[in-house]
Amino acid sequence: MTRLFPRLAGTPRVLVVAGILTLLAIGGTFLLDPYRNFQLATAAAYFCAIGGLTLLVGLSGQLSLGHAALMAAGGYGYALTSIALTGAGLAGAGRFVIALVAGVVAASVLGLLLGLAGARLRGPYLAGLTLAFVIALPAVTSVFSGVFRGDQGLQTAYEPVPELLNRLIALEQWQAWVAIGVTSVVTTALALVRRGAGGLRMRAVRDDETAARLNGVAVRRVKVTAFTVSAAAAGAGGAVLCFVTQSVSPGGYTLAFSLLLLVGAVVGGLGSLGGAAIGAAVIVLLPWVLSLLAGSLDLPAELAQRLSGNLSVLVFGLLLIVVMLVRPGGLAGAFGGRRRGPWVRRSSTSPEPAEAPAPASPSPSPQKQFLAQER
Amino acid sequence: MSHQSSASRSARRFGVLLAATALVLTACSTPSAPADEDDDPAAAVGDSTGVTDTTVTIGTHTPLTGPAAAGYSSISAAATAYFAYLNAQGGVHGREIEYIVKDDGYNPANTQTVVRELVQQDGVFAIVNGLGTAPHQAVLDFLNQNKVPDLFVASGSTAWNQPDTYPYTFGFNADYVVEAAALAQYANDELPGKSVCMLGQDDDFGDDFLAGLELALGADGVTAVERYSVSNQDVTAQIGALQAAGCEVVTLATINGFTALAIGTAAQLGWFPQWMASSSGADYPTLAGYLGEAAPQLLQGFVGTNYSPMADDDWVSLFREINDEYNDGAAFDGNTIYGMSVAYTFGQALEAAGENPTRESLLEAVTSGALTGNGIVPVAFGADSHAAYLTVGITRVDAGVQDYVGSTYQVKDGAVTAVEPQPVALTAEGVPGA
Repeated sequence: MTRLFPRLAGTPRVLVVAGILTLLAIGGTFLLDPYRNFQLATAAAYFCAIGGLTLLVGLSGQLSLGHAALMAAGGYGYALTSIALTGAGLAGAGRFVIALVAGVVAASVLGLLLGLAGARLRGPYLAGLTLAFVIALPAVTSVFSGVFRGDQGLQTAYEPVPELLNRLIALEQWQAWVAIGVTSVVTTALALVRRGAGGLRMRAVRDDETAARLNGVAVRRVKVTAFTVSAAAAGAGGAVLCFVTQSVSPGGYTLAFSLLLLVGAVVGGLGSLGGAAIGAAVIVLLPWVLSLLAGSLDLPAELAQRLSGNLSVLVFGLLLIVVMLVRPGGLAGAFGGRRRGPWVRRSSTSPEPAEAPAPASPSPSPQKQFLAQER
Repeated sequence: MSHQSSASRSARRFGVLLAATALVLTACSTPSAPADEDDDPAAAVGDSTGVTDTTVTIGTHTPLTGPAAAGYSSISAAATAYFAYLNAQGGVHGREIEYIVKDDGYNPANTQTVVRELVQQDGVFAIVNGLGTAPHQAVLDFLNQNKVPDLFVASGSTAWNQPDTYPYTFGFNADYVVEAAALAQYANDELPGKSVCMLGQDDDFGDDFLAGLELALGADGVTAVERYSVSNQDVTAQIGALQAAGCEVVTLATINGFTALAIGTAAQLGWFPQWMASSSGADYPTLAGYLGEAAPQLLQGFVGTNYSPMADDDWVSLFREINDEYNDGAAFDGNTIYGMSVAYTFGQALEAAGENPTRESLLEAVTSGALTGNGIVPVAFGADSHAAYLTVGITRVDAGVQDYVGSTYQVKDGAVTAVEPQPVALTAEGVPGA
């Protein structure tokens, strides 16, 4: 990517690259049919969440198995606000923006609490805490079913295509645009955090807490900030998903899905936003491709029924093992490592606004490399 | 400073290039416009998505995996078997019916995905018999926005019967208000003075059912109400609460799996009230499968509602033959009858939609009032009714056989009345229009 804008560095470059990738993604929606635009919008929402997760795990070194619950918080925040605003007679862009902000705030507050508790824990204990969160979700929604409507979840009013664009694009394409817009803002913010002083502190904390503390880094604060930022991104993803499907229910945010987000982050490449984009695309496309394959094989009905839903879980597991064996740094590393040039071209056809190729795996001295990039 | 400006210049150049590319793409991209402005010549007369010269493709979402699968996965198999039978008899107007069944695991989030796949990727003509209140609720807006006929939803929620809001959606089950009112009225008539309680699902199913009970018994006529959620397969707390409240009749707004769970849990607590269930959770063979050896004792006297043919009826004999020939002789139960009844009713609708069916003519056929179905009364579809059954019969299990007891109730203008059943007779070997 350095070849593209040799003179540009730092924040302006992130912004320019993000802008270009966003435009490309929006242009790309014209090539897709409605169903694939729906998939693109879903992938964009997942990209938000995985981007946040990859920042948390890859940079600050804290493991979260509960990101689905944070997405759900964003989704419910969005839905409840949207329903309340609809009741108050507000519609259109105002309703969407306020509901989106409410979703992000709901997830951030939850993330802040989780981060405050999590900063005192490490390793398996932190994983256990976040795990409890996502497992508790269905119980919470059914105990407070007056608010969350139990398993059925909440339905929101849908946001139609604006009058001006109505003749030009279909609903799914419009939804993909909105999803891409929100995602690009969120991931650009993540990229800036990653490149800035905050990111540097997170890496320092991840690599050696004691050394970081000796250098004057407030370890606890860095950890909590990382959790909150990550939760905010996940919340934006949940809100976008709710916008696209006009509903949110606990069944969409299961433990399996939460683990899948982590698989996406790891397969793509921990710590890398480009990797998060790849991970999101894999999570959305793989089950679909597999069901197409299984469908075209003309399997006996009973076998097909057994495979339905289970096959993709199997393949995700295999994929994770294979990627870890062959490319421990994730798929983004596979493209970004030796062959920088081709990756750049590849990334410009990828629908998500990805950040510049990043060192996917923690290289021997990330700080030094980071400093070299920055100054 | 200077590098900044040169950078922004190159960025600007890039932006212009991108804008130009986007414009070209707009011009040449496939028109992703709504289906109604399709430039296809057929569009002038109507939308015939999913219809070819030899086939009509329809789809459904149903649980093949997950907690609800054991109770319901046989429905889509039965419908598929009936369509195979119909296709072997020459199909409808010479077209074979292709029925695409997609698993959603009774999870609304999955339903959203699979129904989008059916509509946007597989290009189905209609969604037929999508199963479950909560799952189908999640796609109700989507289907109506996309003007896809959404026929014979496998759920008794009153949400499907809103012709003004959802002109494309039609229910099939007797709605839960009707079923609950009928059960409550039956309890009042046959077991006067007994306290009536309810165990219900934590969604519209339970809400509608409670409304029906209150319709028949008055606002304070229900002694105790307990709710459960499908994701938690333990109802000990709820059963204990009902027992403590002194319930004598427990009405159930439960799916089959939870009916069995409730009865089994109560038996473990040594409690044997009179159970009365909605047809969605009252299928004897299915319940017996869950409860195992104890089923004949536990289910003796079990009361339910229904509206499909039952026991030794001509329809049932035909469906048994179809099941043996086209469904590999799978276990024959109420779900089999239900699935084939839905499929027959869809066959009738498609037949009535004319030689060259369109989505519009299909809807017209359903609302014309010409459909009969095959139940204990003709289906009630019309321009202002998107509900199939506003009348249900009471069933009872005796010595392992579930059959109608003869009591039939209708809900009309907010009141429950006893009526005479008018079963639809089998004609033409169950082939619509033959």
